[in-house]
Amino acid sequence: MEKILLRNIDNDRSHTLEAYMAAGGYRALETAVKRHTPDEIVGMVKDSELRGRGGAGFPTGLKWSFMPKEGDGPSYLICNADESEPGTFKDRLIIERDPHLLIEGTLIAAYAIRAATAFIYIRGEFVRGHKILAVALEEARAKNFIGRRLFGTEAGIDIILHRGAGSYICGEETALMDSLEGKRGYPRLKPPFPAQQGLYGCPTTVNNVETLANVPFIVERGAEWYRSIGRPKNTGPKLYCLSGHVRRPGVYELPMGVPLRELIFDHGGGLSESGRNLRAVIPGGSSVPVLTAEEIDVCMDFDSLAKAGTMLGSAGVIVMDHTVCMVKSLLNLARFYAHESCGQCTPCREGTGWLAKILQRVEEGKGTGNDLDLLLSISDRMQGNTICPLADAAAMPTRSFVTKFRDEFERHLGAGSCPVGRPGPARMSLAE
Amino acid sequence: MSDRTNGLAMEPFPARLEDRIETILGRYPRTGSALVPILQLIQEDAGFVSVRAQEQVAARLRIPAAFVAGVVSFYTMIRDRKIGKYHLQVCGTLSCCLRGSEPLLDHLKDRLGIREGETSRDGKYTLSTVECLGSCGTAPVVQINDEYYEDMSPEKIEGVLEGLKD
Ligand SMILES: Cc1cc2nc3c(=O)[nH]c(=O)nc-3n(C[C@H](O)[C@H](O)[C@H](O)COP(=O)(O)O)c2cc1C
Ligand code: SF4
Ligand code: FES
Repeated sequence: MEKILLRNIDNDRSHTLEAYMAAGGYRALETAVKRHTPDEIVGMVKDSELRGRGGAGFPTGLKWSFMPKEGDGPSYLICNADESEPGTFKDRLIIERDPHLLIEGTLIAAYAIRAATAFIYIRGEFVRGHKILAVALEEARAKNFIGRRLFGTEAGIDIILHRGAGSYICGEETALMDSLEGKRGYPRLKPPFPAQQGLYGCPTTVNNVETLANVPFIVERGAEWYRSIGRPKNTGPKLYCLSGHVRRPGVYELPMGVPLRELIFDHGGGLSESGRNLRAVIPGGSSVPVLTAEEIDVCMDFDSLAKAGTMLGSAGVIVMDHTVCMVKSLLNLARFYAHESCGQCTPCREGTGWLAKILQRVEEGKGTGNDLDLLLSISDRMQGNTICPLADAAAMPTRSFVTKFRDEFERHLGAGSCPVGRPGPARMSLAE
Repeated sequence: MSDRTNGLAMEPFPARLEDRIETILGRYPRTGSALVPILQLIQEDAGFVSVRAQEQVAARLRIPAAFVAGVVSFYTMIRDRKIGKYHLQVCGTLSCCLRGSEPLLDHLKDRLGIREGETSRDGKYTLSTVECLGSCGTAPVVQINDEYYEDMSPEKIEGVLEGLKD
Protein backbone atom coordinates (compact mmCIF):
# COMPACT_ATOMS: atom_id res chain seq x y z
CA MET A 1 0.00 0.00 0.00
CA GLU A 2 1.11 3.55 -0.71
CA LYS A 3 2.24 5.14 2.52
CA ILE A 4 -0.11 7.90 3.54
CA LEU A 5 0.14 8.72 7.23
CA LEU A 6 3.80 7.69 7.29
CA ARG A 7 4.77 9.04 3.88
CA ASN A 8 7.19 11.59 5.33
CA ILE A 9 8.87 9.73 8.12
CA ASP A 10 11.78 8.27 6.21
CA ASN A 11 12.98 11.79 5.48
CA ASP A 12 15.30 12.73 8.34
CA ARG A 13 14.10 16.35 8.16
CA SER A 14 10.46 15.26 8.28
CA HIS A 15 9.83 17.15 11.51
CA THR A 16 10.57 20.52 9.89
CA LEU A 17 8.08 22.86 8.30
CA GLU A 18 10.27 23.09 5.25
CA ALA A 19 10.18 19.36 4.58
CA TYR A 20 6.48 19.19 5.34
CA MET A 21 5.66 21.98 2.92
CA ALA A 22 7.94 20.57 0.26
CA ALA A 23 5.76 17.45 0.41
CA GLY A 24 2.63 19.54 -0.13
CA GLY A 25 1.88 20.24 3.51
CA TYR A 26 -0.65 22.87 4.65
CA ARG A 27 -2.35 22.90 1.25
CA ALA A 28 -5.29 21.01 2.73
CA LEU A 29 -5.64 23.64 5.45
CA GLU A 30 -5.66 26.38 2.83
CA THR A 31 -8.27 24.53 0.78
CA ALA A 32 -10.38 23.94 3.88
CA VAL A 33 -10.52 27.51 5.12
CA LYS A 34 -10.65 29.21 1.70
CA ARG A 35 -13.00 26.94 -0.22
CA HIS A 36 -15.13 25.12 2.30
CA THR A 37 -17.51 25.96 5.09
CA PRO A 38 -17.04 24.15 8.38
CA ASP A 39 -20.12 22.06 7.63
CA GLU A 40 -18.70 20.97 4.31
CA ILE A 41 -15.60 19.67 6.08
CA VAL A 42 -17.76 17.82 8.58
CA GLY A 43 -19.69 16.37 5.64
CA MET A 44 -16.51 15.20 3.92
CA VAL A 45 -15.23 13.53 7.04
CA LYS A 46 -18.63 11.87 7.53
CA ASP A 47 -18.54 10.61 3.94
CA SER A 48 -15.03 9.28 4.41
CA GLU A 49 -16.36 7.04 7.20
CA LEU A 50 -13.27 7.81 9.26
CA ARG A 51 -13.61 6.27 12.71
CA GLY A 52 -11.71 7.43 15.78
CA ARG A 53 -8.30 5.83 16.25
CA GLY A 54 -8.15 6.42 20.01
CA GLY A 55 -9.85 3.17 20.92
CA ALA A 56 -13.61 3.30 20.58
CA GLY A 57 -13.90 3.71 16.80
CA PHE A 58 -16.63 6.34 16.97
CA PRO A 59 -17.36 7.97 13.58
CA THR A 60 -15.39 11.21 13.56
CA GLY A 61 -17.68 13.26 11.30
CA LEU A 62 -20.68 12.32 13.40
CA LYS A 63 -18.86 13.33 16.57
CA TRP A 64 -18.03 16.70 15.04
CA SER A 65 -21.66 17.22 13.99
CA PHE A 66 -22.71 17.22 17.66
CA MET A 67 -20.87 20.51 18.19
CA PRO A 68 -23.03 23.64 18.27
CA LYS A 69 -23.11 25.72 15.08
CA GLU A 70 -23.37 28.88 17.05
CA GLY A 71 -23.07 29.30 20.73
CA ASP A 72 -22.81 31.89 23.46
CA GLY A 73 -19.32 30.91 24.42
CA PRO A 74 -16.24 29.32 22.97
CA SER A 75 -15.92 25.73 21.75
CA TYR A 76 -12.75 23.69 22.05
CA LEU A 77 -10.94 20.94 20.22
CA ILE A 78 -8.57 18.73 22.16
CA CYS A 79 -6.06 16.50 20.49
CA ASN A 80 -5.51 13.48 22.73
CA ALA A 81 -1.78 12.79 22.62
CA ASP A 82 -1.71 11.00 25.96
CA GLU A 83 -0.86 7.65 24.34
CA SER A 84 -0.56 5.35 27.35
CA GLU A 85 -2.43 2.16 26.45
CA PRO A 86 0.05 -0.69 26.97
CA GLY A 87 1.19 -1.94 23.57
CA THR A 88 0.54 1.35 21.77
CA PHE A 89 3.21 3.63 20.32
CA LYS A 90 1.87 4.96 17.02
CA ASP A 91 0.93 8.50 18.01
CA ARG A 92 4.45 9.09 19.27
CA LEU A 93 5.78 8.36 15.77
CA ILE A 94 3.54 11.03 14.23
CA ILE A 95 4.34 13.51 16.98
CA GLU A 96 8.10 13.10 16.69
CA ARG A 97 8.45 12.51 12.97
CA ASP A 98 5.62 14.43 11.37
CA PRO A 99 4.41 17.03 13.88
CA HIS A 100 3.11 19.34 11.16
CA LEU A 101 0.74 16.64 9.93
CA LEU A 102 -0.77 16.56 13.39
CA ILE A 103 -0.88 20.35 13.55
CA GLU A 104 -2.54 20.63 10.15
CA GLY A 105 -5.13 17.98 11.07
CA THR A 106 -5.81 19.75 14.36
CA LEU A 107 -6.31 23.10 12.62
CA ILE A 108 -8.72 21.67 10.05
CA ALA A 109 -10.69 19.85 12.74
CA ALA A 110 -10.87 22.99 14.86
CA TYR A 111 -12.13 24.93 11.83
CA ALA A 112 -14.78 22.25 11.16
CA ILE A 113 -16.18 22.36 14.69
CA ARG A 114 -15.82 26.17 14.94
CA ALA A 115 -13.30 26.10 17.75
CA ALA A 116 -11.02 29.12 17.93
CA THR A 117 -8.76 27.33 20.40
CA ALA A 118 -7.37 23.82 20.20
CA PHE A 119 -5.28 22.02 22.78
CA ILE A 120 -2.76 19.27 22.27
CA TYR A 121 -2.52 17.26 25.48
CA ILE A 122 0.68 15.23 25.34
CA ARG A 123 1.71 12.70 27.96
CA GLY A 124 4.38 14.04 30.29
CA GLU A 125 6.91 11.32 29.53
CA PHE A 126 7.06 12.36 25.87
CA VAL A 127 9.56 15.12 26.60
CA ARG A 128 11.18 14.77 23.20
CA GLY A 129 7.83 14.83 21.40
CA HIS A 130 6.83 17.88 23.40
CA LYS A 131 9.94 19.75 22.34
CA ILE A 132 9.49 18.81 18.71
CA LEU A 133 5.85 19.86 18.75
CA ALA A 134 6.67 23.14 20.48
CA VAL A 135 9.18 24.02 17.76
CA ALA A 136 6.77 22.94 15.01
CA LEU A 137 4.02 25.09 16.51
CA GLU A 138 6.36 28.09 16.49
CA GLU A 139 7.22 27.44 12.85
CA ALA A 140 3.56 27.21 11.92
CA ARG A 141 2.77 30.36 13.87
CA ALA A 142 5.54 32.25 12.11
CA LYS A 143 3.93 31.36 8.77
CA ASN A 144 0.54 32.41 10.12
CA PHE A 145 -0.93 28.93 9.77
CA ILE A 146 -1.82 29.36 13.42
CA GLY A 147 -3.28 32.64 14.58
CA ARG A 148 -5.77 35.14 13.22
CA ARG A 149 -7.02 35.56 9.68
CA LEU A 150 -5.67 32.31 8.30
CA PHE A 151 -4.91 32.65 4.58
CA GLY A 152 -6.60 36.04 4.63
CA THR A 153 -9.96 34.59 5.71
CA GLU A 154 -12.03 35.27 8.81
CA ALA A 155 -10.90 31.98 10.33
CA GLY A 156 -8.62 32.21 13.35
CA ILE A 157 -7.30 29.29 15.37
CA ASP A 158 -4.82 29.10 18.21
CA ILE A 159 -3.18 25.91 19.46
CA ILE A 160 -2.07 25.46 23.06
CA LEU A 161 0.36 22.68 23.86
CA HIS A 162 -0.09 21.10 27.29
CA ARG A 163 2.02 18.43 28.96
CA GLY A 164 0.50 15.79 31.20
CA ALA A 165 2.27 14.66 34.35
CA GLY A 166 2.02 10.89 34.52
CA SER A 167 -1.38 9.21 34.70
CA TYR A 168 -2.96 6.65 32.36
CA ILE A 169 -6.49 7.67 33.23
CA CYS A 170 -5.92 11.16 31.82
CA GLY A 171 -6.16 9.55 28.37
CA GLU A 172 -9.87 9.04 29.03
CA GLU A 173 -11.43 12.08 27.47
CA THR A 174 -13.32 13.48 30.44
CA ALA A 175 -10.43 12.86 32.85
CA LEU A 176 -8.26 14.59 30.29
CA MET A 177 -10.48 17.66 30.47
CA ASP A 178 -10.30 17.72 34.27
CA SER A 179 -6.56 17.38 34.04
CA LEU A 180 -6.36 20.21 31.54
CA GLU A 181 -8.36 22.36 33.92
CA GLY A 182 -5.62 21.84 36.51
CA LYS A 183 -7.35 19.22 38.63
CA ARG A 184 -6.74 15.60 39.46
CA GLY A 185 -7.73 13.63 36.38
CA TYR A 186 -11.07 12.15 37.38
CA PRO A 187 -13.41 10.82 34.69
CA ARG A 188 -16.79 12.54 34.64
CA LEU A 189 -20.22 10.98 34.46
CA LYS A 190 -21.86 11.22 31.04
CA PRO A 191 -24.22 12.85 30.20
CA PRO A 192 -23.53 15.70 29.84
CA PHE A 193 -21.38 14.71 26.88
CA PRO A 194 -18.29 16.73 25.99
CA ALA A 195 -20.00 18.26 22.95
CA GLN A 196 -22.48 19.82 25.37
CA GLN A 197 -20.29 20.49 28.39
CA GLY A 198 -16.63 19.74 28.12
CA LEU A 199 -13.53 21.73 28.92
CA TYR A 200 -14.36 24.70 31.20
CA GLY A 201 -18.00 23.67 30.78
CA CYS A 202 -17.90 24.56 27.08
CA PRO A 203 -18.67 22.37 24.04
CA THR A 204 -15.60 20.25 23.36
CA THR A 205 -14.48 17.55 20.96
CA VAL A 206 -11.64 15.20 21.82
CA ASN A 207 -9.82 13.34 19.04
CA ASN A 208 -6.85 11.05 18.94
CA VAL A 209 -3.59 12.04 17.21
CA GLU A 210 -3.90 9.44 14.47
CA THR A 211 -7.53 10.38 13.83
CA LEU A 212 -6.54 13.99 13.23
CA ALA A 213 -3.60 12.98 11.06
CA ASN A 214 -6.06 11.44 8.59
CA VAL A 215 -8.01 14.65 8.14
CA PRO A 216 -5.68 16.60 5.78
CA PHE A 217 -5.70 13.66 3.35
CA ILE A 218 -9.48 13.45 3.35
CA VAL A 219 -9.71 17.16 2.52
CA GLU A 220 -7.05 16.95 -0.15
CA ARG A 221 -8.00 13.73 -1.89
CA GLY A 222 -11.68 13.39 -1.07
CA ALA A 223 -13.94 11.05 0.82
CA GLU A 224 -14.35 8.63 -2.05
CA TRP A 225 -10.62 8.06 -2.34
CA TYR A 226 -10.44 7.57 1.41
CA ARG A 227 -13.24 5.03 1.41
CA SER A 228 -11.46 3.05 -1.29
CA ILE A 229 -8.87 2.05 1.32
CA GLY A 230 -9.80 -0.64 3.82
CA ARG A 231 -13.15 -2.32 4.18
CA PRO A 232 -16.77 -1.22 4.29
CA LYS A 233 -17.44 0.97 7.36
CA ASN A 234 -13.82 0.41 8.39
CA THR A 235 -12.05 2.72 6.02
CA GLY A 236 -8.69 4.34 5.53
CA PRO A 237 -5.09 3.68 6.34
CA LYS A 238 -4.31 2.41 9.84
CA LEU A 239 -1.24 2.37 12.04
CA TYR A 240 -0.70 -1.00 13.72
CA CYS A 241 1.77 -1.37 16.59
CA LEU A 242 3.55 -4.72 16.85
CA SER A 243 5.32 -5.60 20.08
CA GLY A 244 6.26 -8.60 22.18
CA HIS A 245 7.66 -11.80 20.72
CA VAL A 246 7.72 -10.71 17.12
CA ARG A 247 10.80 -10.54 14.91
CA ARG A 248 10.30 -7.01 13.61
CA PRO A 249 8.38 -5.00 16.16
CA GLY A 250 7.31 -1.51 15.17
CA VAL A 251 4.56 0.61 13.63
CA TYR A 252 3.09 -0.60 10.33
CA GLU A 253 0.84 1.44 8.10
CA LEU A 254 -1.59 -0.86 6.28
CA PRO A 255 -5.16 -0.63 5.10
CA MET A 256 -7.79 -0.96 7.79
CA GLY A 257 -8.75 -4.63 7.98
CA VAL A 258 -5.39 -6.25 7.24
CA PRO A 259 -5.50 -9.92 8.33
CA LEU A 260 -3.88 -10.36 11.73
CA ARG A 261 -1.91 -13.38 10.54
CA GLU A 262 -0.45 -11.37 7.66
CA LEU A 263 0.43 -8.52 10.00
CA ILE A 264 2.37 -10.77 12.38
CA PHE A 265 3.94 -13.23 9.97
CA ASP A 266 4.49 -11.24 6.76
CA HIS A 267 5.03 -7.72 8.00
CA GLY A 268 6.36 -8.52 11.47
CA GLY A 269 8.48 -11.45 10.23
CA GLY A 270 6.86 -13.98 12.55
CA LEU A 271 8.03 -14.88 16.02
CA SER A 272 11.28 -13.46 17.35
CA GLU A 273 12.76 -16.80 18.38
CA SER A 274 12.76 -19.66 15.92
CA GLY A 275 11.54 -22.97 17.23
CA ARG A 276 8.80 -21.38 19.26
CA ASN A 277 5.08 -21.41 18.63
CA LEU A 278 2.54 -18.67 18.84
CA ARG A 279 0.49 -18.82 22.03
CA ALA A 280 -1.65 -15.72 22.16
CA VAL A 281 -2.16 -12.28 20.68
CA ILE A 282 -3.69 -9.21 22.26
CA PRO A 283 -4.94 -7.35 19.20
CA GLY A 284 -5.84 -3.86 20.40
CA GLY A 285 -3.84 -2.71 23.38
CA SER A 286 -3.91 -4.30 26.83
CA SER A 287 -7.57 -3.48 27.48
CA VAL A 288 -9.13 -5.88 24.97
CA PRO A 289 -9.84 -9.62 25.14
CA VAL A 290 -6.94 -11.85 24.13
CA LEU A 291 -6.97 -14.18 21.11
CA THR A 292 -5.48 -17.67 21.11
CA ALA A 293 -3.11 -18.78 18.36
CA GLU A 294 -6.04 -20.56 16.70
CA GLU A 295 -8.08 -17.37 16.56
CA ILE A 296 -5.79 -15.11 14.56
CA ASP A 297 -7.46 -15.53 11.19
CA VAL A 298 -9.35 -12.32 11.62
CA CYS A 299 -9.25 -8.93 9.93
CA MET A 300 -7.85 -6.07 11.95
CA ASP A 301 -10.78 -3.67 11.84
CA PHE A 302 -13.42 -2.53 14.30
CA ASP A 303 -16.28 -4.73 13.11
CA SER A 304 -14.33 -7.90 12.33
CA LEU A 305 -12.65 -7.91 15.72
CA ALA A 306 -15.93 -7.17 17.49
CA LYS A 307 -17.40 -10.20 15.73
CA ALA A 308 -14.44 -12.24 16.98
CA GLY A 309 -15.29 -11.19 20.53
CA THR A 310 -12.52 -8.67 20.95
CA MET A 311 -11.73 -5.10 19.84
CA LEU A 312 -9.43 -3.13 17.57
CA GLY A 313 -8.92 -0.67 20.42
CA SER A 314 -5.70 1.23 19.84
CA ALA A 315 -4.36 -1.46 17.44
CA GLY A 316 -1.56 -2.28 19.85
CA VAL A 317 -0.81 -5.89 18.89
CA ILE A 318 1.06 -7.77 21.62
CA VAL A 319 2.44 -11.13 20.49
CA MET A 320 3.17 -13.93 22.95
CA ASP A 321 4.97 -17.17 22.17
CA HIS A 322 4.51 -20.52 23.92
CA THR A 323 7.06 -19.84 26.65
CA VAL A 324 4.88 -17.15 28.17
CA CYS A 325 3.06 -17.80 31.41
CA MET A 326 -0.48 -16.57 30.80
CA VAL A 327 -1.16 -16.15 34.52
CA LYS A 328 1.87 -13.98 34.94
CA SER A 329 0.99 -11.93 31.88
CA LEU A 330 -2.49 -11.27 33.18
CA LEU A 331 -1.07 -10.43 36.59
CA ASN A 332 1.19 -7.90 34.91
CA LEU A 333 -1.85 -6.23 33.33
CA ALA A 334 -3.97 -6.47 36.48
CA ARG A 335 -1.30 -4.60 38.39
CA PHE A 336 -1.29 -1.93 35.73
CA TYR A 337 -5.03 -1.35 36.11
CA ALA A 338 -4.87 -1.46 39.90
CA HIS A 339 -2.15 1.17 39.77
CA GLU A 340 -4.01 3.37 37.28
CA SER A 341 -7.55 3.21 38.71
CA CYS A 342 -8.45 6.72 39.83
CA GLY A 343 -10.37 5.29 42.78
CA GLN A 344 -13.69 7.09 42.31
CA CYS A 345 -15.81 3.96 41.80
CA THR A 346 -15.81 1.13 44.32
CA PRO A 347 -16.09 -1.74 41.77
CA CYS A 348 -13.01 -0.44 39.98
CA ARG A 349 -10.94 0.67 42.97
CA GLU A 350 -11.54 -2.55 44.91
CA GLY A 351 -12.01 -4.86 41.93
CA THR A 352 -8.71 -4.05 40.22
CA GLY A 353 -6.90 -4.53 43.53
CA TRP A 354 -8.61 -7.87 44.17
CA LEU A 355 -7.84 -9.13 40.67
CA ALA A 356 -4.16 -8.33 41.16
CA LYS A 357 -4.08 -9.93 44.59
CA ILE A 358 -5.80 -13.15 43.53
CA LEU A 359 -3.68 -13.42 40.39
CA GLN A 360 -0.55 -12.95 42.46
CA ARG A 361 -1.45 -15.91 44.61
CA VAL A 362 -2.45 -18.04 41.62
CA GLU A 363 0.85 -17.20 39.92
CA GLU A 364 2.75 -18.22 43.04
CA GLY A 365 0.99 -21.57 42.96
CA LYS A 366 -0.93 -20.75 46.13
CA GLY A 367 -4.34 -20.33 44.55
CA THR A 368 -7.32 -22.37 45.68
CA GLY A 369 -10.10 -24.09 43.77
CA ASN A 370 -12.36 -21.07 43.98
CA ASP A 371 -9.96 -18.49 42.72
CA LEU A 372 -10.65 -18.77 39.02
CA ASP A 373 -14.40 -18.43 39.42
CA LEU A 374 -13.77 -15.59 41.81
CA LEU A 375 -11.75 -13.80 39.13
CA LEU A 376 -14.64 -14.25 36.72
CA SER A 377 -17.31 -13.08 39.11
CA ILE A 378 -15.31 -10.02 40.14
CA SER A 379 -14.85 -9.18 36.46
CA ASP A 380 -18.58 -9.52 35.85
CA ARG A 381 -19.37 -7.19 38.69
CA MET A 382 -16.86 -4.58 37.58
CA GLN A 383 -17.95 -4.34 33.99
CA GLY A 384 -20.54 -1.72 33.15
CA ASN A 385 -20.86 -0.51 36.72
CA THR A 386 -18.49 2.40 36.78
CA ILE A 387 -18.07 5.99 35.63
CA CYS A 388 -15.52 5.25 32.93
CA PRO A 389 -14.49 2.14 31.00
CA LEU A 390 -11.24 1.52 32.90
CA ALA A 391 -13.00 -1.11 34.99
CA ASP A 392 -14.13 -2.86 31.79
CA ALA A 393 -10.59 -2.54 30.47
CA ALA A 394 -9.41 -4.63 33.43
CA ALA A 395 -12.37 -7.03 33.41
CA MET A 396 -12.34 -7.94 29.71
CA PRO A 397 -8.77 -9.25 29.51
CA THR A 398 -9.24 -11.07 32.81
CA ARG A 399 -12.32 -12.92 31.63
CA SER A 400 -10.73 -13.85 28.31
CA PHE A 401 -7.40 -15.01 29.78
CA VAL A 402 -9.08 -17.13 32.45
CA THR A 403 -11.60 -18.71 30.06
CA LYS A 404 -9.34 -19.25 27.08
CA PHE A 405 -6.34 -20.48 29.03
CA ARG A 406 -8.22 -22.14 31.86
CA ASP A 407 -6.00 -25.24 31.73
CA GLU A 408 -2.93 -23.23 32.42
CA PHE A 409 -4.60 -21.33 35.24
CA GLU A 410 -5.76 -24.60 36.77
CA ARG A 411 -2.28 -26.08 36.58
CA HIS A 412 -1.13 -23.23 38.79
CA LEU A 413 -3.63 -23.95 41.56
CA GLY A 414 -1.93 -25.50 44.55
CA ALA A 415 1.25 -26.11 42.53
CA GLY A 416 3.39 -24.29 45.08
CA SER A 417 5.11 -22.24 42.40
CA CYS A 418 4.58 -21.21 38.79
CA PRO A 419 4.52 -24.44 36.77
CA VAL A 420 5.40 -22.78 33.47
CA GLY A 421 9.02 -23.64 34.01
CA ARG A 422 10.49 -22.99 30.63
CA PRO A 423 13.46 -20.72 30.12
CA GLY A 424 13.27 -17.55 28.07
CA PRO A 425 12.56 -13.90 28.49
CA ALA A 426 9.16 -14.44 30.02
CA ARG A 427 10.42 -16.59 32.86
CA MET A 428 11.67 -13.86 35.11
CA SER A 429 10.21 -13.38 38.53
CA LEU A 430 7.77 -10.52 38.69
CA ALA A 431 9.44 -7.82 40.69
CA GLU A 432 7.19 -5.96 43.08
CA MET B 1 4.59 40.20 44.75
CA SER B 2 3.67 39.11 48.23
CA ASP B 3 0.43 37.47 49.16
CA ARG B 4 -1.26 35.83 52.09
CA THR B 5 -3.05 32.49 52.27
CA ASN B 6 -3.71 30.23 55.17
CA GLY B 7 -2.20 32.88 57.40
CA LEU B 8 1.23 32.36 55.88
CA ALA B 9 3.24 35.23 54.57
CA MET B 10 4.31 34.17 51.12
CA GLU B 11 7.64 34.88 49.58
CA PRO B 12 7.73 35.71 45.90
CA PHE B 13 8.97 33.13 43.44
CA PRO B 14 12.62 33.31 42.52
CA ALA B 15 13.10 36.04 39.92
CA ARG B 16 14.41 33.54 37.37
CA LEU B 17 11.00 31.83 37.37
CA GLU B 18 8.77 34.90 37.45
CA ASP B 19 8.80 35.63 33.73
CA ARG B 20 8.18 32.05 32.85
CA ILE B 21 5.28 31.83 35.28
CA GLU B 22 3.77 34.90 33.66
CA THR B 23 4.16 33.30 30.25
CA ILE B 24 2.43 30.13 31.42
CA LEU B 25 -0.42 32.09 32.97
CA GLY B 26 -0.83 34.07 29.77
CA ARG B 27 -1.12 30.93 27.70
CA TYR B 28 -4.41 29.58 29.06
CA PRO B 29 -7.99 30.81 28.89
CA ARG B 30 -8.38 30.00 32.61
CA THR B 31 -5.83 30.33 35.39
CA GLY B 32 -6.42 26.83 36.81
CA SER B 33 -4.91 25.21 33.73
CA ALA B 34 -1.57 26.79 34.59
CA LEU B 35 -1.24 24.80 37.83
CA VAL B 36 0.45 21.66 36.50
CA PRO B 37 2.75 23.58 34.12
CA ILE B 38 3.86 25.81 37.01
CA LEU B 39 4.51 22.78 39.20
CA GLN B 40 6.51 21.27 36.32
CA LEU B 41 8.51 24.46 36.03
CA ILE B 42 9.33 24.47 39.73
CA GLN B 43 10.34 20.83 39.58
CA GLU B 44 12.56 21.49 36.60
CA ASP B 45 14.24 24.24 38.60
CA ALA B 46 14.50 22.67 42.05
CA GLY B 47 14.26 18.94 41.32
CA PHE B 48 11.02 18.59 43.27
CA VAL B 49 8.06 20.60 44.54
CA SER B 50 8.41 21.22 48.25
CA VAL B 51 5.42 21.79 50.51
CA ARG B 52 6.56 25.38 50.77
CA ALA B 53 6.60 25.74 46.99
CA GLN B 54 3.15 24.20 46.84
CA GLU B 55 1.90 26.84 49.25
CA GLN B 56 3.50 29.56 47.18
CA VAL B 57 1.77 28.29 44.05
CA ALA B 58 -1.55 28.05 45.90
CA ALA B 59 -1.21 31.67 47.01
CA ARG B 60 -0.30 32.81 43.56
CA LEU B 61 -3.25 31.05 41.88
CA ARG B 62 -5.58 31.84 44.81
CA ILE B 63 -6.54 28.24 45.37
CA PRO B 64 -6.32 26.19 48.58
CA ALA B 65 -2.94 24.64 49.36
CA ALA B 66 -4.72 21.34 49.98
CA PHE B 67 -5.97 21.40 46.39
CA VAL B 68 -2.43 21.83 45.12
CA ALA B 69 -1.25 19.00 47.38
CA GLY B 70 -4.01 16.80 45.95
CA VAL B 71 -2.83 17.49 42.44
CA VAL B 72 0.82 16.88 43.35
CA SER B 73 -0.04 13.50 44.85
CA PHE B 74 -2.17 12.45 41.87
CA TYR B 75 0.42 12.74 39.12
CA THR B 76 3.30 10.29 39.24
CA MET B 77 5.73 12.65 37.54
CA ILE B 78 5.40 15.40 40.14
CA ARG B 79 7.45 14.77 43.26
CA ASP B 80 7.35 16.36 46.67
CA ARG B 81 10.81 15.19 47.66
CA LYS B 82 14.29 15.16 46.32
CA ILE B 83 15.54 12.16 44.36
CA GLY B 84 18.84 11.13 42.80
CA LYS B 85 20.53 13.06 40.04
CA TYR B 86 19.66 10.32 37.57
CA HIS B 87 16.20 8.83 37.77
CA LEU B 88 16.24 5.39 36.18
CA GLN B 89 12.71 4.38 35.31
CA VAL B 90 12.37 0.83 34.05
CA CYS B 91 9.14 0.07 32.19
CA GLY B 92 7.66 -3.11 33.64
CA THR B 93 4.46 -3.40 31.62
CA LEU B 94 3.69 -6.41 29.43
CA SER B 95 5.51 -5.68 26.17
CA CYS B 96 8.67 -4.72 28.04
CA CYS B 97 8.28 -7.69 30.39
CA LEU B 98 8.06 -10.05 27.38
CA ARG B 99 11.31 -8.60 26.11
CA GLY B 100 13.32 -8.82 29.29
CA SER B 101 12.59 -5.88 31.59
CA GLU B 102 12.96 -8.13 34.62
CA PRO B 103 16.59 -9.21 34.14
CA LEU B 104 17.30 -5.60 33.28
CA LEU B 105 15.79 -4.42 36.53
CA ASP B 106 17.61 -7.14 38.48
CA HIS B 107 20.84 -6.06 36.88
CA LEU B 108 20.29 -2.44 37.83
CA LYS B 109 19.48 -3.40 41.40
CA ASP B 110 22.69 -5.39 41.69
CA ARG B 111 24.79 -2.84 39.95
CA LEU B 112 23.54 0.15 41.93
CA GLY B 113 22.99 -1.66 45.21
CA ILE B 114 19.50 -0.24 45.59
CA ARG B 115 15.98 -1.54 45.30
CA GLU B 116 13.06 0.03 43.50
CA GLY B 117 12.02 3.32 44.98
CA GLU B 118 15.43 3.84 46.57
CA THR B 119 18.18 6.36 45.97
CA SER B 120 21.86 5.45 46.08
CA ARG B 121 23.74 6.77 49.06
CA ASP B 122 25.80 9.18 47.00
CA GLY B 123 22.57 10.70 45.71
CA LYS B 124 23.42 9.86 42.14
CA TYR B 125 20.77 7.30 41.21
CA THR B 126 17.13 6.65 41.96
CA LEU B 127 15.60 3.45 40.64
CA SER B 128 11.89 3.11 39.82
CA THR B 129 9.61 0.91 37.79
CA VAL B 130 7.00 2.66 35.70
CA GLU B 131 4.07 1.67 33.53
CA CYS B 132 4.07 1.56 29.73
CA LEU B 133 6.10 4.42 28.28
CA GLY B 134 4.50 4.27 24.83
CA SER B 135 7.62 2.77 23.29
CA CYS B 136 6.76 -0.93 23.31
CA GLY B 137 8.18 -1.58 19.82
CA THR B 138 11.67 -0.93 21.17
CA ALA B 139 11.22 -2.81 24.43
CA PRO B 140 12.59 -2.98 27.02
CA VAL B 141 12.76 0.73 27.68
CA VAL B 142 14.37 2.71 30.48
CA GLN B 143 13.68 6.39 30.87
CA ILE B 144 16.55 8.26 32.52
CA ASN B 145 15.44 11.74 33.46
CA ASP B 146 13.95 13.05 30.19
CA GLU B 147 15.53 10.56 27.78
CA TYR B 148 14.27 7.21 26.57
CA TYR B 149 16.85 4.42 26.24
CA GLU B 150 15.31 1.79 23.99
CA ASP B 151 16.05 -1.86 23.15
CA MET B 152 17.96 -2.14 26.40
CA SER B 153 19.74 -5.17 27.82
CA PRO B 154 21.94 -5.56 30.90
CA GLU B 155 25.01 -5.10 28.65
CA LYS B 156 23.68 -2.03 26.89
CA ILE B 157 22.55 -0.31 30.07
CA GLU B 158 26.12 -0.65 31.35
CA GLY B 159 27.29 1.52 28.49
CA VAL B 160 24.55 4.01 29.25
CA LEU B 161 25.50 4.18 32.93
CA GLU B 162 29.11 4.86 32.01
CA GLY B 163 28.01 7.84 29.97
CA LEU B 164 26.19 9.48 32.86
CA LYS B 165 28.38 12.27 34.11
CA ASP B 166 28.90 12.89 37.81
C1 LIG C 1 -8.89 4.47 30.47
C2 LIG C 1 -8.88 5.09 29.11
C3 LIG C 1 -7.69 5.54 28.58
C4 LIG C 1 -7.66 6.14 27.31
N1 LIG C 1 -6.47 6.56 26.82
C5 LIG C 1 -6.44 7.15 25.59
C6 LIG C 1 -5.21 7.64 25.05
O1 LIG C 1 -4.15 7.53 25.66
N2 LIG C 1 -5.24 8.23 23.82
C7 LIG C 1 -6.40 8.37 23.11
O2 LIG C 1 -6.39 8.93 22.03
N3 LIG C 1 -7.57 7.92 23.60
C8 LIG C 1 -7.62 7.32 24.82
N4 LIG C 1 -8.82 6.90 25.31
C9 LIG C 1 -10.05 7.14 24.51
C10 LIG C 1 -10.56 8.56 24.74
O3 LIG C 1 -11.44 8.55 25.86
C11 LIG C 1 -11.36 9.07 23.56
O4 LIG C 1 -12.35 8.15 23.23
C12 LIG C 1 -10.54 9.33 22.32
O5 LIG C 1 -9.47 10.17 22.58
C13 LIG C 1 -11.43 9.95 21.27
O6 LIG C 1 -10.73 10.17 20.09
P1 LIG C 1 -11.15 9.49 18.71
O7 LIG C 1 -12.64 9.63 18.56
O8 LIG C 1 -10.40 10.25 17.70
O9 LIG C 1 -10.75 8.06 18.81
C14 LIG C 1 -8.87 6.29 26.57
C15 LIG C 1 -10.05 5.82 27.12
C16 LIG C 1 -10.06 5.22 28.37
C17 LIG C 1 -11.37 4.73 28.91
S1 SF4 D 1 -13.91 3.14 36.48
FE1 SF4 D 1 -12.02 3.26 37.68
S2 SF4 D 1 -10.74 4.74 36.59
FE2 SF4 D 1 -12.84 5.00 35.80
S3 SF4 D 1 -13.72 6.61 37.08
FE3 SF4 D 1 -14.22 4.70 38.09
S4 SF4 D 1 -12.54 4.35 39.56
FE4 SF4 D 1 -11.86 5.91 38.11
S1 FES E 1 5.25 -1.82 27.76
FE1 FES E 1 7.13 -0.79 28.09
S2 FES E 1 6.98 0.89 26.73
FE2 FES E 1 5.05 -0.08 26.51
